[in-house]
Amino acid sequence: MSEIDIEWPWQYSFPPFFTLQPHPETRSKQVAAWKSLILDYCKKNKVCIVDIREADQLPLFNNSAINRKLESGVIVSILGELQKTGNAAAVDKSKNRWEIYWHTLEEWGSIIHDYVTSNGLTNSVMTLFELNQGESQEEFHGLHTDVLIKALKTLEEQRKCELILSDEDQGVKFF
Amino acid sequence: MNRFVYTNANLLENESILLTETNVRLYDGDQKTSFEGGELALTTHRLLWGRPGQIASGQTCLSLNLSLICYYEQESPTGFGFSRSRKILVFLYDLENGNENPNGPQYSSIYNFIKLSFREGFHTDIVQVLNDTLQRKLWLTPVQSPSQSGAKALPQIKLRTGIVGIERSLQEKQKATDESINVAFQDLSKLMTMAKDMVRLTRLISTKIKEKQGDITDDETVQFKSYLLSLGIDDPVTRESYKSDNQYYKGLARQISDFMCKHIEEVGGMMALTDVFCRLNRARGLELLSPEDILNACKLMDSLDLPLKLYQFSSGVMVLQLRTLSDETVANSTLELLEEKESISAEELSQLLGISTTLAKERLLSTERYGKCCRDDSIEGLRFYPNLFLTQE
Repeated sequence: MSEIDIEWPWQYSFPPFFTLQPHPETRSKQVAAWKSLILDYCKKNKVCIVDIREADQLPLFNNSAINRKLESGVIVSILGELQKTGNAAAVDKSKNRWEIYWHTLEEWGSIIHDYVTSNGLTNSVMTLFELNQGESQEEFHGLHTDVLIKALKTLEEQRKCELILSDEDQGVKFF
Repeated sequence: MNRFVYTNANLLENESILLTETNVRLYDGDQKTSFEGGELALTTHRLLWGRPGQIASGQTCLSLNLSLICYYEQESPTGFGFSRSRKILVFLYDLENGNENPNGPQYSSIYNFIKLSFREGFHTDIVQVLNDTLQRKLWLTPVQSPSQSGAKALPQIKLRTGIVGIERSLQEKQKATDESINVAFQDLSKLMTMAKDMVRLTRLISTKIKEKQGDITDDETVQFKSYLLSLGIDDPVTRESYKSDNQYYKGLARQISDFMCKHIEEVGGMMALTDVFCRLNRARGLELLSPEDILNACKLMDSLDLPLKLYQFSSGVMVLQLRTLSDETVANSTLELLEEKESISAEELSQLLGISTTLAKERLLSTERYGKCCRDDSIEGLRFYPNLFLTQE
């Protein structure tokens, strides 16, 4: 995974940022700051999957410069907040693996649809590999396949595409 | 018998007579000698034999150094024993110069023991004492300065042999412990009776110093005066002088307020109730207050319009604080400190303000409740920072 140096917000080097604040108003500000930081970080680094058990290894949750880590319990509760706005979802029941959607799945769907229509690719079949690993420099380039499938499913519900999910070739036909 | 020398009966320095026996005859080995019917004196250093009266008057008599005695035994009474005569066999070491003694009654002897024959038995337990003396070997201790020899003049006779000896020494130890305990408690009861006088004395001094206030310039005197004044409440409020508990608590509340107000101002307007308890009781000296009484009195403060009031933090810690002091002003002043220091822990704040750590923590927590600071809970401990979440965007 290539690390792109992102511009950390001031909170990132503020030690109390890594302790969940008990004061309600303070906490809401803190959590909001965390939410935007997480989405920003994931977007810049194209991180789609976060494993709580390995969160220590992400500089996002571990600022070694000030020697502070965000506790996994706190991470889960913040990701839970993100889930409410459709920006994250737990993959497993124990809430250890999370998918992060810096665009919600619906947004992804319309972004892909816009791309397809503007490039005249309607009524053609594309492989998912073409979409997220192809030569295009669209935003969804490098998007995790699982996330891509979920985004396309939202399109499928709108009858804008049809997913072809066989074992070997995963493709999609746009209408 | 050749180990005896003629000497005068004056005691050496450090020497003392342990016991005397009368009507003693000396034997050279098994042979009777002409030294009979005399007095025998056992000292810490020697065995003296003289005609009656000779030893007491310090005349010349026979002397045997105890250092020459090897061991001794009592001769068991023979079959003809109607007589009360008892004998002690004393075995002796050889003399250094070939067993020849020019200064004694006998130049040389074929025997290496003598007998002491007590015609009329013992009047004292000479056997025990002799044994003890031989073991202590006092003649070996160097001659000491005259001032100490006076104390040595009365040597204690300790019986240390056998089970009886051990038992006795145990008993003595117990007795000594008992005595020291008794003495200790005697002191305590004396202290109790003295305490009242001491308090009165302290008051006397303090009033005297008050009278002479104008003359005092010396720093030490001023300090002493302040100690005294801070120590004493002149007329403590006591339960006995009030008819009802309620009145008592009211009176007490007023007094606590008067006394503590100054102290609480000094420490920044807030003092934990435990500290109040300690300070009050130290000041009262006698007529101590129970924690419950103080608590009850403090609870009444709010209704009495006193400058102090009782305040309970949400954690349960109770403090006396100035009425003028509100949570918000405390929070603001704490915030000022925080902004100055950037971040602070309860310990640092307590040192900074000279308050207890508990109080410092309460201050920080209440500042946090006002949203003026935020916490950083790490392995290094709990620290507080200015609340940049709300102030900085």
